[in-house]
Amino acid sequence: MEKRIRVLVAKPGLDGHDRGAKVVARALRDAGFEVVYTGIRLTPEQIAEAALQEDVDVVAMSLLSGAHNTLFPKVVTLLKEKGAAGKLIIGGGVIPDADIPGLKAAGVSEVFTPGTPTNSIVDYIKANVK
Amino acid sequence: MQIVEELLKGSRVALARAITTVENEYDEAVEVMRQLYAHTGRAHVIGITGPPGAGKSTLTDKLAKEYRNMGKTVGIIAIDPTSPFSGGAILGDRIRMNDLTLDEGVFIRSMGTRGSLGGLSRKTSEAVKILDAFGKDVIFIETVGVGQSEVDIVKMADTTIVVMVPGLGDDIQAIKAGILEIGDVFAINKADRDGADRLNIELEAMLDLSQERTGWRPPIKRTVASQSEGIRELVATISEHIAFVNQSGELEKRRTQRTRNEMLALLQEAVSRQILNRTNADGQFDALVKTVEHREKDPYEVVEKILRDLMK
Repeated sequence: MEKRIRVLVAKPGLDGHDRGAKVVARALRDAGFEVVYTGIRLTPEQIAEAALQEDVDVVAMSLLSGAHNTLFPKVVTLLKEKGAAGKLIIGGGVIPDADIPGLKAAGVSEVFTPGTPTNSIVDYIKANVK
Repeated sequence: MQIVEELLKGSRVALARAITTVENEYDEAVEVMRQLYAHTGRAHVIGITGPPGAGKSTLTDKLAKEYRNMGKTVGIIAIDPTSPFSGGAILGDRIRMNDLTLDEGVFIRSMGTRGSLGGLSRKTSEAVKILDAFGKDVIFIETVGVGQSEVDIVKMADTTIVVMVPGLGDDIQAIKAGILEIGDVFAINKADRDGADRLNIELEAMLDLSQERTGWRPPIKRTVASQSEGIRELVATISEHIAFVNQSGELEKRRTQRTRNEMLALLQEAVSRQILNRTNADGQFDALVKTVEHREKDPYEVVEKILRDLMK
């Protein structure tokens, strides 16, 4: 059987708005990916551990609360600590342009802000997953 | 093999990777399973099945917590349907189990059905073996939300729990063949809803009609998983079931049957792969398909000839 790209879709922190995350999850499903959807209000620790157990290729996090500068890099660090580094980490949600370079420096490969067509997320994953 | 060594030493990363290896049929998959096989056969495998929305994930979450309280380690395989069109899937059962994620004694893995018909695949049984070799005491297989005939779970589980909810279907459902036949234990979940009494009576009536095959009459337990009600009693019933099948020799019978089925499935796969490889080698098979499609030959004669040629 061919490899299926597996993606964890998660919402870290105190943010209950998951419509965007669900739309993205559905788009990824329709692109033929296996999407492990973990729902809202997770800690970075829970996200990293779920990504480890599910052996996903991609960790996609969505955040609208403004805590992305702390929470996204924390997941990257935890994955390294757990020996599960090497996954493609992407972020999305309400994220100011000014914060994006810092997130990329911290190990988030790409950030998709509101208005991004879901196709570009699919294409980005296909092009960048190892 | 490094992945096997690390898994046996307790690495969760290696465990996760081993499951991926068999799920994607990587080249080393067979070797991984061969090396792990001697370490399997210790876990108690519990199947959780029932219609969509019955609360299987929530019940699994609560049962897992109860086993953790008893000091047992737990593995969970949660299965969700794969899209027949895109091949993609939303695996959403973890949502009900997020509290378990950080418990080091629990390992949860989500799997898509990936085209298997009975809702489970050989990959599922291999994932169970991997968790077993890793040392999990209790392994849950939470099936995809089943309709009426997805009954493969009995072939993999030591104890099958059929989760029902009040208010689905009428009493003709209770006498049809299918998932109602496979329960070792019935759980009426969401039992605080209207209709729980009626469902209970119907299930009892169905069990009255069933022929006793093993001397075990499946008990019916009521739960409200979201409130953790009835969970301890359900765990006690599961323990009674496993004690019963152990003592009566039924467990050994089931496991023998399982081993036989697995060997036959492997054999079938190997044989058809061999045949297909040889028949396909020169592109001859496609030509044969065309002749059959055009009614120049019939498929029975063609298949017989292929086999005869191979046996020469």
